[in-house]
Amino acid sequence: MAPRAQLAGEELAGAVGPIASPRRARAARATRHLPLAPALVMLFLFFLGPVLWSIYSSFTNAALTGEGAQNPQWVGLDNFRRLFSDPNVTNGIWLTVVFVLGSAVIGQNLLGLAIALLMRGRSRWLRGTVGGIVVSAWVLPEVVSALIWYAFLGQNGTLNQIMKAVGMSGQDWLYSSPMLAVIIANTWRGTAFSMLVYNAALDDVPTDVQEAAELDGATGWRRLWSVTLPLIRPAIVTNLMLITLQTLSVFTLIYVMTAGGPGFASATLPVLMYQQAFKFSEVGYGTAISLLLLAIGAVFSFVYVRVLKPEA
Amino acid sequence: MASMGIDTPRRRAAGLVCTGILVLIAVAFLAPLVWLVLSCFDASAQTSVKFPDHPSLDNFRAVMNTDLAWRPLWNGLLLCGGSALITVLIATLAAYPLSRYQTRFRKPFLYTVLFATGLPITAIMVPVYGLFLRLQLIDSMPAAAVFLATTSLPFAIWLIKGFIDNVPISLEEASWVDGATPMVALRHIVVPLIAPGMSVVLIFTFIQAWGNFFVPFILLQSPEKLPASVTVFTFFGQYGAVAYGQLAAYSVLYSMPVVVLYLIVSRAMGGAFRFAGAAKG
Repeated sequence: MAPRAQLAGEELAGAVGPIASPRRARAARATRHLPLAPALVMLFLFFLGPVLWSIYSSFTNAALTGEGAQNPQWVGLDNFRRLFSDPNVTNGIWLTVVFVLGSAVIGQNLLGLAIALLMRGRSRWLRGTVGGIVVSAWVLPEVVSALIWYAFLGQNGTLNQIMKAVGMSGQDWLYSSPMLAVIIANTWRGTAFSMLVYNAALDDVPTDVQEAAELDGATGWRRLWSVTLPLIRPAIVTNLMLITLQTLSVFTLIYVMTAGGPGFASATLPVLMYQQAFKFSEVGYGTAISLLLLAIGAVFSFVYVRVLKPEA
Repeated sequence: MASMGIDTPRRRAAGLVCTGILVLIAVAFLAPLVWLVLSCFDASAQTSVKFPDHPSLDNFRAVMNTDLAWRPLWNGLLLCGGSALITVLIATLAAYPLSRYQTRFRKPFLYTVLFATGLPITAIMVPVYGLFLRLQLIDSMPAAAVFLATTSLPFAIWLIKGFIDNVPISLEEASWVDGATPMVALRHIVVPLIAPGMSVVLIFTFIQAWGNFFVPFILLQSPEKLPASVTVFTFFGQYGAVAYGQLAAYSVLYSMPVVVLYLIVSRAMGGAFRFAGAAKG
């Protein structure tokens, strides 16, 4: 499409009125990009602006109330020095890594791939039913998923009822293993996306390659490992990047289920950022944490664009 | 795989195992939902799952009033509908020159847009709160809608540019000969052709905004301006422990619109999931 669009651009320059002078032509070239302006203004004001402001204010002691709110003072690298010596932040980074690895890379990705593979060749009815149930978990709003899992894992919740029925003793899962609880909930919520991506990718795998491998005597596992997986590698990479980016910024699910607790036991970076900025009113410090999160996201997003190399 | 080769007993056994595992997975995914469905018909529901002694619609009756359900749902419609409309309008305007004209800045700009789709929006909420405070925009629904629209702009621009790329330029060339400006050509030739794609982006943006809790939670404060995503949470905090049945009913009411919209979109796309493909440009 690109060369064609380029051609159109040249032609259009001639089409915008009779072009008498080079100045006119320049003006026409400028005005035809005018429709970009509203998008640029919005992105600059609400996207780039806040990012730049956060870089600035992370060097101040800005606060929601008190002296820091009136005239924030320049504090240099204090926030960052505090950031890297704060056990809650180190803990938050670790919990974020555990959350992303557990719920996205392992949970959603592997479960999604497994479901998509198991669905191959099954009846239309079975595929539709299982797919529909998995997708329904994905379609529900995040707050509702969090409430459902709050009820499911609570002291009197469904899980404990099942465990009691088979003679095991239950516990308040949100209190005893909060990270496991939010990881399972986020896996439940997000698996549908990976499943849909892998379903689409597997649909594109030519069957004759599979058949050839089978004729050569390759077993099921061998075919999966040496034929299918290499063929859908681009989908795996895209999916891993997308779900990692999504999972990095999960706030609502964790906040509603555990509020980061007990203590700081499930306070991943987004939750910690919120607590510092709004609960403890330290906007400057909260911003420093958000900058850390933004930097991690930026690295992944950059790699994503580089790996994908789409035709722009 | 069933279509290829001969049906051996061994393969049939493997097929049964696959079916068995799939059924187990489906049951596991269904289990947490059971509580929601049973509790919303049970006026005395707790967090435990049990079949209602006297199934009734009492919970729905209790929450279906202006303060609890209708106003927040209406606010959600205004906030998310407004932001989805703004997104599609602004993204279409921006996508047109990006699709049609070649400049030095086009490629870097598009890559920046794609890069921005990956940034964690959660991370900029603290500075955005500071910005809104300074501009005195806190608690303004239009401002919150414009902000929500901005967060979905990069993805929308990327998708809509892809749609416009697929419209043959020859159609517009004919209109230029008749003296139409690019904007007229966009409105009368391109937009009607990409309307199905635009409506998918519109609905998709709406669904995303409808489920967004964090943005309105931070940017709006007055109870009478909060959308349902936030009021479900405040209801949980205030009455959850005493009225789980009502909470479940409220959650069902709040989830209904996006479930219906999702069904419409997936039907329109032939049940297939094409967003992942579309995002590849």
